[in-house]
Amino acid sequence: METLEHIAFDRRLDVLDMVYRARTGHIGGSMSCMDILCALYYRVMDTEKIKRGEADRDRFLLSKGHCAEALYAVLADRGFFPRERLLSYARFDTALAEHPTRKIPGVEAATGALGHGLSLAVGMAAAARRDGSPAHIYVLMGDGEQDEGSVWEAAMAAGKYGLENLTAIVDRNRLQISGNTEQVMPLSPLAARYRDFGWEAVECSGHNSEELVRALRLRSPQKPVAVIANTVKGYGSELMENKAEWHHLVPDEEQYACIRAQLEQRRGAVSRG
Amino acid sequence: MAKVSCRKAFSSELLAQARQNPQIWAMATDSRGSVTIGDFFKELPNQSLELGIAEQNAVAVAAGAALMGKNVFVAGPSCFLTARAYEQIKVDVAYNHTNVKIVGVSAGVSYGPLGCTHTSLHDIAGMRALPGLSVFVPADAVQTRFLTRWLTGYEGPAFLRMGRGDVESVYGEEETFQVGRAKLARQGSDVTLAACGECVWQALQAAELLAQRGVSARVLDFFSIKPFDEEAVIRAAEETGAILTVEEHSVCGGLGEQVARTVVENRPVPVKILGFPDSECRVGASADLFRAYGLTGEAIADQALRLLGKGR
Ligand SMILES: [Mg+2]
Repeated sequence: METLEHIAFDRRLDVLDMVYRARTGHIGGSMSCMDILCALYYRVMDTEKIKRGEADRDRFLLSKGHCAEALYAVLADRGFFPRERLLSYARFDTALAEHPTRKIPGVEAATGALGHGLSLAVGMAAAARRDGSPAHIYVLMGDGEQDEGSVWEAAMAAGKYGLENLTAIVDRNRLQISGNTEQVMPLSPLAARYRDFGWEAVECSGHNSEELVRALRLRSPQKPVAVIANTVKGYGSELMENKAEWHHLVPDEEQYACIRAQLEQRRGAVSRG
Repeated sequence: MAKVSCRKAFSSELLAQARQNPQIWAMATDSRGSVTIGDFFKELPNQSLELGIAEQNAVAVAAGAALMGKNVFVAGPSCFLTARAYEQIKVDVAYNHTNVKIVGVSAGVSYGPLGCTHTSLHDIAGMRALPGLSVFVPADAVQTRFLTRWLTGYEGPAFLRMGRGDVESVYGEEETFQVGRAKLARQGSDVTLAACGECVWQALQAAELLAQRGVSARVLDFFSIKPFDEEAVIRAAEETGAILTVEEHSVCGGLGEQVARTVVENRPVPVKILGFPDSECRVGASADLFRAYGLTGEAIADQALRLLGKGR
């Protein structure tokens, strides 16, 4: 049987095609966060309820909005809009810009100016709780994004209000555009920092679906949950893995063929469920 | 009539509306005192959220709550709210078109003695430049109550800007206003004084002085900066032939430049823009600064006479 990890490789192939065709995008971070997105959209959240726009649906915010192509690939496959629309990614006048907007079915908020998503999620979680709604709010941030002071303003507020219906995920690929996160602006120990702000915090492999699903389902009374998902930037292709320049490089024809072959090979190596 | 501050008019009206409508929320940035919104927080704790001295977070939290169906008024000193949280207002409020009202109090030179860390002479320019965000600058307590009430029924992003101190009453309790339309505060035919905020009262004083010199001055109150009443400007240009603008704001990007653009593009007539110059603001109480920068009734009247070629 196909596992979540197979599905994630299929979506990575979608991303590769989108970026290659559009000649633009953020491929490295899209590859690193794909297992997280798949865990949320294929297991943890009720996507049919989201599609129906029910008031007490779970919410997801892609705070690292530059990886929109990863989200689009997942939303299309989950039936939020036809797959053909992926062809319009980053084209003139498209709704599928390189950062998500509310014009796209399934997108709750335009994001991508870094350091906003956690605050939006705090507002959503506070409102849901006071309304007695069962909605859970998930927000995915980059690790480089943790440099933004507003992230920590939001972390303080979430701790203060004990927002147990909020889960923040950090795509901890240890790279940002200029290089290693610990050299650009040290973040470690990231989980401990969230704990200091009144959060429950767990680390897991960001490429092991079982671990991810368990972490994403973790709830802690009166505490928001931080999931530090350890990932590899450019995951799935040795050509790109752990190379900062693949933050937003666009593959040429030869690189495209190489990345495609490597993704397919790695997909084949995933054991069946 | 007793003088009342716009912020007290705002907070009491918001509380009255929120009692009837649980979707109306207030958020503060350790600004409950400066906004005079403490009663709201005490009486309606489930409709209020204190976010500490963290304007960026407060504005985006407001947007998040708005995405869940709340009509959120996030209020604090305009100098911090509109500058520190500019990107959040641009993206989370304006671009996302969320139902958030940015309420900037103690704007302009309300905090004059505190120095230029606390002046807010940039905010109309900054907020005007954001697509989708409405901008309102009330002249007195009556107009503030009207706008607050109107905003509780309006679904969309807006900026409401007001000062700190008690202000003179420009309007009677029964006065009516229309959003998007300039309020004709005084009819006149020789020159138009276009003003907003606390400068409307000063413009009315000027019009009185001008009347004594045989000059009939029209006073237009542009409390609705966006949407903006271009028609009223064009009509004023056609009917009075000269326009003087007055605002407690930098001459860069405020009401004056909006009026000037409208005039130049449609019906060129002489225009003079009064406001704070593009230089570091002097230190002092609001009234002293209005005097120092020529925003009193007398100074405005003098400038109007000069504009008409009758100056001393
Ligand atoms: Mg990173």
